[in-house]
Amino acid sequence: MKFPGKGLLDGVFVTIRNFVGSYFEKDRLVTVQYPEERVSLPENSRTFPFLVYDDEPDKMRCTACKICEAECPPQCIYIVMDRDEKGKPLQHPKVFDIDISVCMQCQICVEVCPFDAIKMDNDYEKSRYGRFDELMEHLPDLLKSNEYYHKIKPIEATAVDAKLQAAAERKAKKLVSPAPPAPGTTPETD
Amino acid sequence: MIPAIEQLREATLVAAPGASVEVVASTPAVQQLSLLVDREHLFAVAKFFKQEARFQMDFCSCVTGVDYPAKADKPGFIEVVYHLYSVAQKHGPIILKVRAPRELAQCEVPSLTPLWRGCEFQEREAYDLFGVRFTGHPDLRRILMWDEFTDHPLRKDYQPPLDYEWEPTPHGETLARARQMGGLMPPSASAEKLGSK
Amino acid sequence: MIQAQSAIESSGVTPSTAGIIETQTLEVSIGPQHPSTHGVFRMDVVIDGEVVVKLKPVMGYLHRNHEQLAEKMTWLDSMPYTDRLDYFNSMANNWAYALSVEKLAGIKVPERAEYIRVIVAELTRLLNHTVAIGFLLNDMGAWFTPVLYAFREREKIVDLFEAVSGSRMMCNYYRFGGVRVDFDEKMLAMARDIVERYPQFLDEFEKLLTENEVLLARTQRIGILPREQAINGSITGPVARASGVDYDIRKVDKYGVYGGLDFRVPLGEVGDTYDRYYIRILEMREAIKILQQALCGLPSGPIIAPEVKLRNFRVPAGDGYGRIETPKGELGFYLVADETGKMPYRYHVRPPCFINLTLLEDMCLGHKLADTVVILGSIDIVLGEVDR
Repeated sequence: MKFPGKGLLDGVFVTIRNFVGSYFEKDRLVTVQYPEERVSLPENSRTFPFLVYDDEPDKMRCTACKICEAECPPQCIYIVMDRDEKGKPLQHPKVFDIDISVCMQCQICVEVCPFDAIKMDNDYEKSRYGRFDELMEHLPDLLKSNEYYHKIKPIEATAVDAKLQAAAERKAKKLVSPAPPAPGTTPETD
Repeated sequence: MIPAIEQLREATLVAAPGASVEVVASTPAVQQLSLLVDREHLFAVAKFFKQEARFQMDFCSCVTGVDYPAKADKPGFIEVVYHLYSVAQKHGPIILKVRAPRELAQCEVPSLTPLWRGCEFQEREAYDLFGVRFTGHPDLRRILMWDEFTDHPLRKDYQPPLDYEWEPTPHGETLARARQMGGLMPPSASAEKLGSK
Repeated sequence: MIQAQSAIESSGVTPSTAGIIETQTLEVSIGPQHPSTHGVFRMDVVIDGEVVVKLKPVMGYLHRNHEQLAEKMTWLDSMPYTDRLDYFNSMANNWAYALSVEKLAGIKVPERAEYIRVIVAELTRLLNHTVAIGFLLNDMGAWFTPVLYAFREREKIVDLFEAVSGSRMMCNYYRFGGVRVDFDEKMLAMARDIVERYPQFLDEFEKLLTENEVLLARTQRIGILPREQAINGSITGPVARASGVDYDIRKVDKYGVYGGLDFRVPLGEVGDTYDRYYIRILEMREAIKILQQALCGLPSGPIIAPEVKLRNFRVPAGDGYGRIETPKGELGFYLVADETGKMPYRYHVRPPCFINLTLLEDMCLGHKLADTVVILGSIDIVLGEVDR
């Protein structure tokens, strides 16, 4: 039965139902009282990158190969390889800067890293008191342990550990392999 | 259905005699062959495709420009590409291309806005970003850049001006320009970085 | 600002009550900082009393030179930038770009990836249309109640996107040849839950809005767009379909697996603002149907074509145009690759919102100043796409 004003009345009943219902149904009141409560983030959630080390910060997985620097779309990563006194490159970075005011959290650096050294963090509370140098993260800020990685992303970290373990075993098997092949025959490649 | 490209070409030659129409190849995978028409006959060819009952291309989907600077043996040109579809018969695309010389004084192409109103903003954008002037356009002025801007940004030889906002992490060409401007480097960029890249 | 004498000379319009009282037209600039222009967008409106006699849209305040940036980066590196074009439907923009590159390079996408793409794209359609209706009502003065109801539903979809791709809005989810992350059981359960509860939400939303007398008075017969004018003006998307243009790229090009899914394309008759509002509700119901079919028929298999490399991805020389039906209209990418094939030589976005604004003036003439905001809201623009 339609009468003038029925649409308005129906609308008013909808708003009343939502208002009163918000006291009883959890679905109708969705506000999270931040900062006292925080939303629990899903595992895949990503904000800014960080570097993973295995047992101590010196044993970081990064070898300063610069692939992530080349592939980063806004070019926010800076890497300088560490060299010893004679100039020979040591396989880890001396300088690894990420400018988080430029980083667009696209995760391409994580996808292209061949050593599983850089992964995405899910920490979003990154406010600082300045806009330029304070938003530049250096190597000490970026290094976080593998335990931390397991805490924030358990499934992914376990898979990465399994993969690295399998690769290490294959490498160990190759080193302990029997005598080298006789000259004249081609060696088998892995 | 759109006939094969050779038949399309013949149909246009019948409709607009004297036009020089060539077929331009594309990637083998995509199979979107286009017709390169000369400037004088573009309007007649487009009108033919719009009004002919076989085609009825009443919907102009995309208008864009591509810049090809001069190389050693070939002169440079700016190419304007039109993609035409048909809503009435649900077929398409027919792709028309037209070339204009790169010098600003001679860079002119007849406008197709009188045929399809939807070309209006896109032709304005091509004028703004490439410098192609569309003769017969009802309101040709800049659309994305501000009115007093002088250069055409999407050309390959565009040099951005030096008054950029200083970033704390200069790199690549920004680094080169920062050094040119007096080398105001933030303390975070290490000394070796100035040498690399 | 009032520009009295110059307004008459520049606009060339005669006063409306000539002979009785001498009047002048008024030039009003709506924007660029305005809560109802959906972003930084300006309209120069010349009004005679309250009636609009001339309207010129001015855009470019958010121009970020996306097309030139893409010429300096590899094909994959442009993918996160396409998220930021129409920042509400990032998944749809990703699909248009991935489709164009796959067309150019001849990559075939595995079937599971195609179904996942359809699921995610239709969820994006639900997302976009609820927000569009919510903000249309906001422009009309229904101070944020419909927006918050819409956002409450949107939160569930956006939480699913966060669980799948890692980010709520800038998803960066598609790759050439498939998608990046697979849907596991928990995410599929979330998707099914959304699809089951959505019709109930839509019923409540419609009860609030569709028969509402204030909405009817403010949207019926406002901003009528005739069918022929819509086709000639290259209008696409819900705006065109509300005017009766029977063109949906999902039915015409049949990209993805849309050829095998059963859904209909709702069409409007009058082409006024109310039709543009109601057609979005109907499209949401069709999207739920598509989602149910896709979730039931999801096959197992790989999610990305194995021959595609992540780094050093090359595309053969040539050019191509690929397009999809995003919630706003036809989003197309015209890509030109040169001989090296490492970076695009020319990368052009055909933005639906930009071209849908062509007929804004025609739709607003003769209506009052307050209606311009409502008509703009019904076209549903996002400035990231208008300006790129």
